[in-house]
Amino acid sequence: MPATEETIEQVNKLGKEKYKYGFVSDIESETFPIGLDEDVVRRISAKKQEPEWMLEHRLKAFKLWKEMEEPEWLKPIYEKVNYQDLAYYSSPVQKEKPKSLDEVDPKLLEVYEKLGIPLREQEILAGVEGAKPIAIDAVFDSVSVGTTYKETLKEAGVIFCPISEAIKDYPDLVKKYFSSVVPISDNFFSALNSAVFTDGSFVYIPEGVDCPMELSTYFRINAENTGQFERTLIIADKGSYVSYLEGCTAPQRDENQLHAAVVELVALEDAEIKYSTVQNWYSGDEEGKGGVYNFVTKRGDCRGNNSKISWTQVETGSAVTWKYPSCILRGDNSTGEFYSVAITNNHQQADTGTKMIHIGKNTNSRIVSKGISAGFSDQTYRGLVKIQKSASGARNHTQCDSLLIGNECGAHTVPYIENKSTSSVLEHEATTSKIADEQMFYCTTRGMDEEEAVGLLVNGFCKEVMQELPMEFAVEAQKLIGISLEGSVG
Amino acid sequence: MDLLNIENLHARVDNPDGQEILKGLNLTIKKGEIHAIMGPNGTGKSTLTKILAGSDEYEITQGSVNYNGEDLLEKEAHERANEGIFLAFQYPVEIPGIATSTFLRHALNAKLRHNEKEEIDNLEFIKLLRQKAKTLKISDEMLKRPVNVGFSGGEKKRMETLQMSILDPHLGLLDETDSGLDIDALRTVAEGVNYIHSKEKGFLIITHYQRLLDYIKPDFVHIMVGGKIIKTGDYKLAIELEEKGYQAYGV
Ligand SMILES: Nc1ncnc2c1ncn2[C@@H]1O[C@H](COP(=O)(O)OP(=O)(O)OP(=O)(O)O)[C@@H](O)[C@H]1O
Ligand SMILES: [Mg+2]
Repeated sequence: MPATEETIEQVNKLGKEKYKYGFVSDIESETFPIGLDEDVVRRISAKKQEPEWMLEHRLKAFKLWKEMEEPEWLKPIYEKVNYQDLAYYSSPVQKEKPKSLDEVDPKLLEVYEKLGIPLREQEILAGVEGAKPIAIDAVFDSVSVGTTYKETLKEAGVIFCPISEAIKDYPDLVKKYFSSVVPISDNFFSALNSAVFTDGSFVYIPEGVDCPMELSTYFRINAENTGQFERTLIIADKGSYVSYLEGCTAPQRDENQLHAAVVELVALEDAEIKYSTVQNWYSGDEEGKGGVYNFVTKRGDCRGNNSKISWTQVETGSAVTWKYPSCILRGDNSTGEFYSVAITNNHQQADTGTKMIHIGKNTNSRIVSKGISAGFSDQTYRGLVKIQKSASGARNHTQCDSLLIGNECGAHTVPYIENKSTSSVLEHEATTSKIADEQMFYCTTRGMDEEEAVGLLVNGFCKEVMQELPMEFAVEAQKLIGISLEGSVG
Repeated sequence: MDLLNIENLHARVDNPDGQEILKGLNLTIKKGEIHAIMGPNGTGKSTLTKILAGSDEYEITQGSVNYNGEDLLEKEAHERANEGIFLAFQYPVEIPGIATSTFLRHALNAKLRHNEKEEIDNLEFIKLLRQKAKTLKISDEMLKRPVNVGFSGGEKKRMETLQMSILDPHLGLLDETDSGLDIDALRTVAEGVNYIHSKEKGFLIITHYQRLLDYIKPDFVHIMVGGKIIKTGDYKLAIELEEKGYQAYGV
């Protein structure tokens, strides 16, 4: 029997008032018929009570998508998704959900155990039938800095709400910026997302405001059902600053096999956005069966002079990942950063990297990518640094380090450089290494078992990226790195 | 009581054409004793210490090793460490990205966990570490640097000694910990060893120089040649060796 009641009780004890943002209104489990046509797009829009302009936007995207082909150049080899086989609104509840934790992949449970997640919360994460996500911020108490966050943000003038709400409440802002960074036609998945997105986050930081807290998707309790097509838009107005955290270290099971999110960031003059992700979607069993396909389009636009966008990601989950958080450095003296740790184990595949497009003068970009492959996994770093003619004095520094654990895994580095400016400086460093037996031995002679030793050595390898993560994420992410590599040595 | 008992130990490098390095080595260390091994380059001194610490580079072809009355060779490296064996390496390994203090905290907590004790509180650990570091003249700054990365030869050796004093082993294996140390450092390191030594503990000290033995008084001195111990004596043997060299022993 699901432990939901227990959680409700627990939350009640904590005081209903305090958790007034913590309750999720009863989710209707209505599901649209399987398949995708114009009618489905209209129905999603109607369901969300969207204004006409948004519907038009969706229809336009749908039309474009129909004419597009799924990218074939991807390194990961996966079974193609049949887009007519998916349900595009809500998820079919009747689809086999585990009845109790006994039916959940024991490997997954082991990880929960290691992360110290209590049973009832495990049920929610594992998607056990009847275990509805209630008060997510009560669940992850490490980050529930307080449910009064809305008050604090309101005082600062920060808007942080589901994007479906923003479409209705702040149409001018949404109209101005939505799809302005990732055009509908950008790629197959972004077009699909634009047609059928269900929900996501919206953030607006007004001019000169230093956002008083780290914004986390944990806080946004009502968005648990954003499903496969999440949509995020973050705007930092002139001279403002925001740090946004996405994701969760605990592996989340999801019956949605395909995730095709779109994230757009806009930084105006002197503004800075720091976007951190820990991605740990279920990666499938040891053979890779049942894992999530994660095809994400993330892009930041340094629109104003002296603006800065920084992506930090720790990618450990999913069966197949396809993700290139990018920066368009439009404003003069703007800066783009990409710090990435990608870990693949067992049969996972990841194709990730970044694009830095230098347009403005004296623009600066820095790329630090740390890839760790273990087991039979395979990963590719794919990076593009494009310096346009206008970008005089542009600079890029790229560092790509790969670490292999075992002999069956692969790592590939594919850096592209297109340089049209004569006054730019580009530096590229790449290394591939293995964990040295001497290092392992040294750690074990100090009492650490192999698992702990590998975790430590890999954390050392990733240090430059890990230190970019906000504190509350970093500690968990460090633990996660050890856990994701379990069974990869010895 | 015997702390360590090695009988007729034969070991070879664990690969298809690996040569035999230890060729019938016998050694007994009783609780409270300090033993020194001296011997020419390449006779297998480091190999012996690494085998005792649990390296899988070598295959044991014959013989036995007992530690505290238990079969040591059955145990994994980390178990041996947690049960009190510590190897101060001749060539300590660099571990980029991990601060020395973090590394040591992991090590100490592994040992505490193994012995079913509670892990040490972070602040308490820092206090302990600073205090121990101070007696070895190691600065706080060094503790923040990644393990052994960019440390000078002598700094590495001092750091091994610091690790030893934090982990407080029952059997300390010191492989040329004195090499590369300046005169003052030699004294501090020796003091470090004497400080943790007790009648419950044992030490096996490998050195090329009699000088160290001026500071740490060994109960026995062994000469190791060709993968086994060919002569055992007391402190005077080290002085004799210093004067005559290994030639007198048929090397
Ligand atoms: N893993 C290995 N592979 C091949 N040869 C090895 C290996 N380990 C040790 N040897 C060889 O075994 C011999 C003994 O080496 P060892 O390091 O134990 O010598 P040592 O007595 O410590 O010498 P030194 O006084 O120079 O430190 C050397 O000839 C060395 O080259
Ligand atoms: Mg040696």
